[in-house]
Amino acid sequence: MTDDGERATPGKGLVQGLAVTLKTMTQRSTTRQYPDVEPDLPPRSRGVIALLEENCTVCMLCARECPDWCIYIDSHKEEVVVPGAARARQRNVLDKFDIDFSLCMYCGICIEVCPFDALHWTPEFEYAETDVLNLLHDKDRLGDWMRTVPAPPAHDVLGEPSKEESTAARKAAGPGAATQARTNVRRPEPEK
Amino acid sequence: MIFLEIVLRVALVVVAFLVLPLVVGQAEHKVMAHMQGRLGPMYAGGYHGWAQLVADGVKFVQKEDITPGAADRTVFRLAPIVSLFPYLVVLLAVPIGPDLVAQPLDIGLFFVLAVLGVGVLAVLMSAWASANKYSLLGGLRGAAQLLGYELPLVLAAASIAMAAGTLSLPGIVEAWRPWWLLWQAPAAIVFFVAGVAEIRRPPFDMPIADSELVFGYLTEYTGLRFAFFLLAEYVGIVVIAALTTVLFLGGWHGPLPDQLGWLWTLIKVFALSFVIIWLRVTFPRLREDQLQRLCWLVLVPVALAQLVLTAAVKLAI
Repeated sequence: MTDDGERATPGKGLVQGLAVTLKTMTQRSTTRQYPDVEPDLPPRSRGVIALLEENCTVCMLCARECPDWCIYIDSHKEEVVVPGAARARQRNVLDKFDIDFSLCMYCGICIEVCPFDALHWTPEFEYAETDVLNLLHDKDRLGDWMRTVPAPPAHDVLGEPSKEESTAARKAAGPGAATQARTNVRRPEPEK
Repeated sequence: MIFLEIVLRVALVVVAFLVLPLVVGQAEHKVMAHMQGRLGPMYAGGYHGWAQLVADGVKFVQKEDITPGAADRTVFRLAPIVSLFPYLVVLLAVPIGPDLVAQPLDIGLFFVLAVLGVGVLAVLMSAWASANKYSLLGGLRGAAQLLGYELPLVLAAASIAMAAGTLSLPGIVEAWRPWWLLWQAPAAIVFFVAGVAEIRRPPFDMPIADSELVFGYLTEYTGLRFAFFLLAEYVGIVVIAALTTVLFLGGWHGPLPDQLGWLWTLIKVFALSFVIIWLRVTFPRLREDQLQRLCWLVLVPVALAQLVLTAAVKLAI
């Protein structure tokens, strides 16, 4: 029965079903046979988290913001003597930085919140273990994953220009020039 | 000499009985896969998984032989063989080419239909002997279905026998003419649909209904016995396709029938097997009441009408 109450010819639905399956059979299937063929991952795929140790100042923002509490951090303070300064400077030294991937839910909050770009996503996903205890990746292993971090994808051509670009454009145009915010050209309103 | 010939004929039929279902089974894997947008078996045997069913056979053979504790042992063990044997006997009577039949029988059609009826017994045996309420439910549904669909099957076969004037299967193929495709079309469709219901293939797999009844009357079977039931399912497909070909599609008729008759028969059998697989992939299962309604309110009247038509045309010619 169709929506307007008209009766379809009996058997029409059956024949349409047969036509659909026949058509699907003649089309090439898009199955990729995984272990023999690597999958085509989209850009910014989330696989495992990598740590760039030299950027980390042990601010602990990632450990605090993680919803699952899966990041374990230990540090101590060291004194750095600077010649010519009044007193020695202090710096945080990272002792332990573990991420427990059996708890991690791949939300990416730790990476977003890190102010120093010490944490990065990589698309590696083949790190399954037979023992769940081996899913706790320590500092060295997390540093190893940095090798697999891809370059960030190019900016979207049709997107909003980034803060750096718009600031630079404004400065280069000099004071009082027509900038994007001040011209009369109709543009899609950015979300406020 | 005669004895040797008999042994040779039976051996050839047994070879066909074992090889054709495997081909149809592998075709089902691949055809069903491609119709669902996937690839099907690709690993077994290296080249597109051609050895998948061989691997399955080996797997079933090495399984533990389990009979449920409360089951009726003899009946439980006999059921797979009772399910399989009738199909072998039917294949003995089916002609492949002009003068190429294992055993030409003058009452061939009657014999074939009678032997096919033994399949009902196998379903009931396995269901009752399994001592499992889901099996029993499946078996009772199966009995109702199979008994019901015997009638349109027999009526449609009667129509073609009336048209050919003989019950002998080689005789029916010989008497077939191309315009019979039109004359016997309703009987062909009724026979084919009733045949698919007789072998309990989807959309008529109420007795098995694997998402509702666990696996119906097959629930308690495992290992080699289960493999025999599976073989019986695919042999059933081959048998119904072969019977429809021989009765309604003219069997070995085609260009150069004396040399290539067997080829045309095989091509038609595989084409019909493809249609049976196609029906499985496309249609959802029929509910019991829908199934019985289709049988008694659609197929039986159409078959009876076809009988009247056949008689009328026969008298007119």
